[in-house]
Amino acid sequence: MREGANTSVTSLVDHLFRHESGRMVSALTRIFGIHNLALAEDVVQEAFLKACQEWRLNPIPPNPSAWLLVTARNRAIDAIRRHRHQVAFSEDITHLLNSEYTAAGTVDGMFLDDEIADSQLRMIFTCCHPALPAEMRIPLTLRTLSGFGIQEIAAALLTNGETITKRLYRARQCIREQEIRFEIPAGGDLEKRLETVYTVLYLLFNEGYNSGRAGELIRKDLCAEAMRLCLLLSQHRVGDRPRTYALLSLMCFHASRFDSRMTRDNEIVLLQDQDRSTWDGELIRRGEYYLGRAAEGEEVSEYHIEAAISAQYALAPSFHETDWILIAGLYDALLTLKANPLVKLNRAVVLGRIHGPQVAIEEIHRIDGWERLASRHYLYNAVLGQLYIEADDHIRARECITRAGALTTSEAEKRLLARKLDTLRPPN
Amino acid sequence: MKDFLLLFRGGNDMTAMRESPENYQQHLVKWKAWMEALGKQGKFLGGQPLSGEARVISGSKKVVTDGPYVEGKEIIGGYLLVRAADMKEAVRLSSDCPIFEADGIVEVREIRELEA
Repeated sequence: MREGANTSVTSLVDHLFRHESGRMVSALTRIFGIHNLALAEDVVQEAFLKACQEWRLNPIPPNPSAWLLVTARNRAIDAIRRHRHQVAFSEDITHLLNSEYTAAGTVDGMFLDDEIADSQLRMIFTCCHPALPAEMRIPLTLRTLSGFGIQEIAAALLTNGETITKRLYRARQCIREQEIRFEIPAGGDLEKRLETVYTVLYLLFNEGYNSGRAGELIRKDLCAEAMRLCLLLSQHRVGDRPRTYALLSLMCFHASRFDSRMTRDNEIVLLQDQDRSTWDGELIRRGEYYLGRAAEGEEVSEYHIEAAISAQYALAPSFHETDWILIAGLYDALLTLKANPLVKLNRAVVLGRIHGPQVAIEEIHRIDGWERLASRHYLYNAVLGQLYIEADDHIRARECITRAGALTTSEAEKRLLARKLDTLRPPN
Repeated sequence: MKDFLLLFRGGNDMTAMRESPENYQQHLVKWKAWMEALGKQGKFLGGQPLSGEARVISGSKKVVTDGPYVEGKEIIGGYLLVRAADMKEAVRLSSDCPIFEADGIVEVREIRELEA
């Protein structure tokens, strides 16, 4: 009985940590200043530790989140009293925190819902700051805003805990050295800074959606976090704009197919074989709603086009009734904004649906440096292999699929490729 | 610019205030608003409220006695350090202090710069 109660407390605390620690760290950083990020994280840790201890001995409070916020608030005031003579806090309120007349009231003000939302936005802009090296942005975002542990980040990004610890350390150092401010950018700066935020959220989502290597649960968490942060951005005046909704729409459409892409035995199910009734209808509806919001205005960004493409896939009644001509047109438009090889590869596949596999293969051969790309990345080989199967060239198909199998690190991909090899006519 | 010490005497009869937590909260909000306004003008340097608990140490024998033997209205309840152009401005800044709503007194003293 005791054991069971402890387990449920631990899982409740873990759950709350994932959901509340980002809010708490953001509010505390607003109070202490970004230079005291480590102090903010310590105070949050203390609050959760206290929750673990208290809730094992006493009944769990009716509103555990509120209990945690109050505990963090009290710990923050203790920390202010302890440190006020040695350290400066947030520049604009440090004098208020130094005086007992105003300290508690100022801290309380920062724990109001609107202020917490504002602080989380400041945190997003800080973690996605262009002055931070790109490889630090996702770990820092996951750590401070999403409550991911070091090991979870390492698992999600396919590296080890030591590397993540080092990156986080350097990220904090970089924030101090570059004097990155904990603020929501304004004026002309805002556009540029939003662009970096979108990029980080897009990468974070793709890391979860496409990596195919990390464990299923952690990948779902990455997608959920990218969507949560994007939603948070859309709910704030600075992020309430078409491009944010386009990104959100794109994420919803993709996420609607998340569970349908794998069987229970962890085997990959290709789009044409997926059971459309298992797609998440609620997410598709949200995708459509956000796509509508994205269309309010003149702007067309890469996210708009990608959302429109994924809408076509999500809303087609069946794979064969997909409007390939419309999608090809959207890829042409996407190419003018984002001419990278991956977009060209996807466009080639769509052209293949319209004009046959030979056209797709020719398109891929037209991608700059495709041979170099194919020697490094499994995806080009896997796609070419499938196209050769459709073109009934089983010799080339075998070459490509074998190479793809050697290049991918995903066990599920390897099995899918092996299944394809089995369907080929044997050589000779 | 000069620095001034504002001494608050009487007024903050916290025991009476505490009996009505709502009034007490409202009063604190006013203090916070006043100090925030000073802070925004760059005039707020620091300050703390003082507890009623006190000892007086006196004489070469350093005799310790309880309390500063003064009337309630005379007890120092807190202090603030502010920056102002001159005494006139320091007085003007003090006139917005919420202590006057609680029948208190503000004593404004200029910080003396000692010759090196």
